[in-house]
Amino acid sequence: MVAIAEKAARPASRLQFILDRPGVLGALFVSPAILYVLALVGVPFLLAIYYSLSAFTIYSQSYRFVGLRNFVDIVNDPVFRQTLLNTFVFTFGSQILGLILGKFGALMLLRPFPGRKLVRALIILPWAVPVALATVAWEWMFDSLYSVINWMLIALGIITRSHAPNWLGTPDLAMLCVIVVNAWRFFPFAIVIFLAGITAIPQDVLDAATVDGAGFWRRNYQIILPMIAPIVVVGLVFGIVFTFTDLSIVYLLTNGGPVNATSVLGYEGFQVGIISGDVAHGAAISLFMLPLLFVLVLVMLRMIRRQEI
Amino acid sequence: MSAVLTSEIVKTFANVHAVNGISLAVPDGEFMVLLGPSGCGKTTFLRIICGLERQTAGDVMIGGSVVNDIPPRARGVAMMFQSYGLYPHYKIRDNIAFPLRTQRVPRAEIEKRVEWASQLLSIGHLLDRRPRQLSGGERQRVALARALVREPTVLLLDEPLSNLDAKLRASARNEIKQFQQRVGTTTIYVTHDQVEAMGMGDRIAVIDRGMVRQVGTPTEIYDDPADRFVATFVGTPPMNLVAWNRGHVGFRPENFLPRDLIADSAVTEFSFRVDRSEYLGSERIVYGVLDGCDAAHEITAKLPPAHVAEESIRPGEWHSFAVRNSALCYFDYDGKRTNRH
Amino acid sequence: MPKLLAAARETGFYAAVLFFVILAAFPFYWMLITAFKTNADLYDLSNIPFWFNQWPTLEHVRYLFTQTLFARWLLNSLIIGVIVTAITLVTALPAGYALARMTGRSGESLGIAVFMTYLVPPTLLFLPLSRVVSMLGLQDSMWSLVLVYPTFTIPFCTWLLMGFFKAVPREIEEAAVVDGCSILGAFVKMVLPVSLPGILTVVIFTFTLTLQEFIYALTFISSSAQKTITLGVATDLVRGDIYYWGELMAGALIASIPVAIAYSLFLDRFIAGITGGAVK
Repeated sequence: MVAIAEKAARPASRLQFILDRPGVLGALFVSPAILYVLALVGVPFLLAIYYSLSAFTIYSQSYRFVGLRNFVDIVNDPVFRQTLLNTFVFTFGSQILGLILGKFGALMLLRPFPGRKLVRALIILPWAVPVALATVAWEWMFDSLYSVINWMLIALGIITRSHAPNWLGTPDLAMLCVIVVNAWRFFPFAIVIFLAGITAIPQDVLDAATVDGAGFWRRNYQIILPMIAPIVVVGLVFGIVFTFTDLSIVYLLTNGGPVNATSVLGYEGFQVGIISGDVAHGAAISLFMLPLLFVLVLVMLRMIRRQEI
Repeated sequence: MSAVLTSEIVKTFANVHAVNGISLAVPDGEFMVLLGPSGCGKTTFLRIICGLERQTAGDVMIGGSVVNDIPPRARGVAMMFQSYGLYPHYKIRDNIAFPLRTQRVPRAEIEKRVEWASQLLSIGHLLDRRPRQLSGGERQRVALARALVREPTVLLLDEPLSNLDAKLRASARNEIKQFQQRVGTTTIYVTHDQVEAMGMGDRIAVIDRGMVRQVGTPTEIYDDPADRFVATFVGTPPMNLVAWNRGHVGFRPENFLPRDLIADSAVTEFSFRVDRSEYLGSERIVYGVLDGCDAAHEITAKLPPAHVAEESIRPGEWHSFAVRNSALCYFDYDGKRTNRH
Repeated sequence: MPKLLAAARETGFYAAVLFFVILAAFPFYWMLITAFKTNADLYDLSNIPFWFNQWPTLEHVRYLFTQTLFARWLLNSLIIGVIVTAITLVTALPAGYALARMTGRSGESLGIAVFMTYLVPPTLLFLPLSRVVSMLGLQDSMWSLVLVYPTFTIPFCTWLLMGFFKAVPREIEEAAVVDGCSILGAFVKMVLPVSLPGILTVVIFTFTLTLQEFIYALTFISSSAQKTITLGVATDLVRGDIYYWGELMAGALIASIPVAIAYSLFLDRFIAGITGGAVK
């Protein structure tokens, strides 16, 4: 008792216990992460904006300010307009398809059945495995000569070998392929989101609805869906953000072709900015992703707030 | 010299004064209870003394020195938390030893003290188990052992009995009080349960909305309340209050008896209509209204054991009840106790 | 009749299960058998493709390990994964804790802001980052990825860890602080050991995040020897116009297995972590 009381009696310098102040320690703890992010995300982000307003290419590295000329250039380019359209079609097509698959997949997984654990593990695979590797598998499945899909269609008598579609070489079919692969990648995530939302609904609410006379479909659409809407929207926002900006699937499956039929913003930005070295125009193309992203982030924030209340 | 002395402690959270100027002196060795309803600021005040929160204004002195800028570990305090805060990944032995290890006490000394603390609380047989294997009562004793093992200047307890079931609570109350008397550590105990407060405290500080309403022994709090809040907060059933002269007059239910049960002549009489009564075995609580008062304003009377089975106090009838004048408390219009009629 | 209806409902249900399983898993099955089929078997159109028509072979795997830089890519990815995970832990552990405990209302907003940076697309950042990378002399080197990968692992892990740390009861830290620790000491001795399962989950997922990444790898690296496993398999197993499908599928298979296993083992934890943060 005496020893500890003596410790308290000694006058403490303000500096001795500086690390015990939550304000100081908190700032210290957070700074490495914040600094890293500021330096390698924040600054490059601003740099990208600046590039889009300059005439910078890797051959002529000029930081001269040219205003909105790059944007005017690309908007006037029919390839870019095609790209923009493609990106929307690609994104919303695959998200809708993925959501539908996800919704029904979740409903299916809700009910216990023998082997459910194994089924769950298998269904997760498309999302778990690296995009590029899974896409290469699909590339093989769509191969112009050896496509297993064509083999099945021929075997079922639906088409003949001479009329076998060249999946990745026909513009509309290529877009379909790209949408399907993306939806395939996204639907396990959608299942997880739906499951998380549905299992969070208290059983009491569902029981009350049943007692009140709601059948399966009404329970689904009037009770469950509104209650899981926030988390589904957040998941959807993620899906949209990552699909809208992605280039992996397009790069590996179709290389933007045939004839720009599947070129999307991310891919075009890569082609122009990195491969061709025209950084200024590349940046302008990539920046077109921002307005939609911004809207999506706002929507997500609104949903998160709603969760907290 | 007080073991703990606080001077005008204020704590504000975003425009709300959780603690609104508390000055309290706790002499060495005293068992001081901070009593008040939920949200009155008593726990915040305790945490400020401990050092887990920093006060917005005011000083805390422990053992005679100002400790405002000193973290908990150097203040000579020990705390027992409401949910005990035992370290789940350590055995009980290591839980109790932890505060000594952080002070770099030599190993032999640590073992001796852990032995002593676990003997004191009869938990020697639990030393090699982990917290999740213990019952609520056992965990509580471990938390107490951990707090006592460093022989602190001040022991702080934050509603330690609220997680126990009712039966355990009474015996735990007894144990804690006995330890404190045996070991003699200055103790500050926070609770909202006035039975606990009255039963355990050497002195009680009744706190409401961040301010101390009264500090005193249980007798002083009960018989001589400083204001209406203290008067009605302590005591079950609560003190009866009747509007009187722009203020109130109060009398406790056990002092409100049928006229013929009081031998004294210095009494105030009331005409009392009984509405219902509760027979509780050892006492009878009678509810009713006073003549001339609002019919919705219910008055309680607590009849002593000898008259519990009294059949003459029947509902619906008017009876003559009275209170000894010495047992009347007068409060003025802002709630403070006055001596005038 | 009702019995028939029930039977129909049951078969319908199991048909749906089969549909989803085939949809999800068929490409991997395809990957699997292609990896072990002889070339003669693979490229013969008259064969039924769903099973082996000749004995399975290890020639593709052998080729992969002896004639390509596959082993080198594995090593690269391993090194990158370990170092990036270490960097991420060192920055995200304290940051996640600070945001969970020490900063109140503004901490919530700061946490969300940090997380939002995860959403800034790589296809926007790769342009300025490629300039930064070449300025630092890291172009065409796997170390450029070590520099750049934390830009998405740190925000994501900080947010995940924030959720895990919030679930630790405050009283344990407070008891430690009263018992003699500084806040830092309480963090290291109490919070970290108790959060070990959550931290392990974060480690696994950071590692898989680095394995999965393709865009930055594609942008910054062109020489075969510096490629990551994902980039290498997807782009390097082509000679001219000829795809070495057997090797490609074998490589994809081998590279996918660890990630798939990690996900199935840790999925529940991971979901709890995400939804614990999002669905309060």
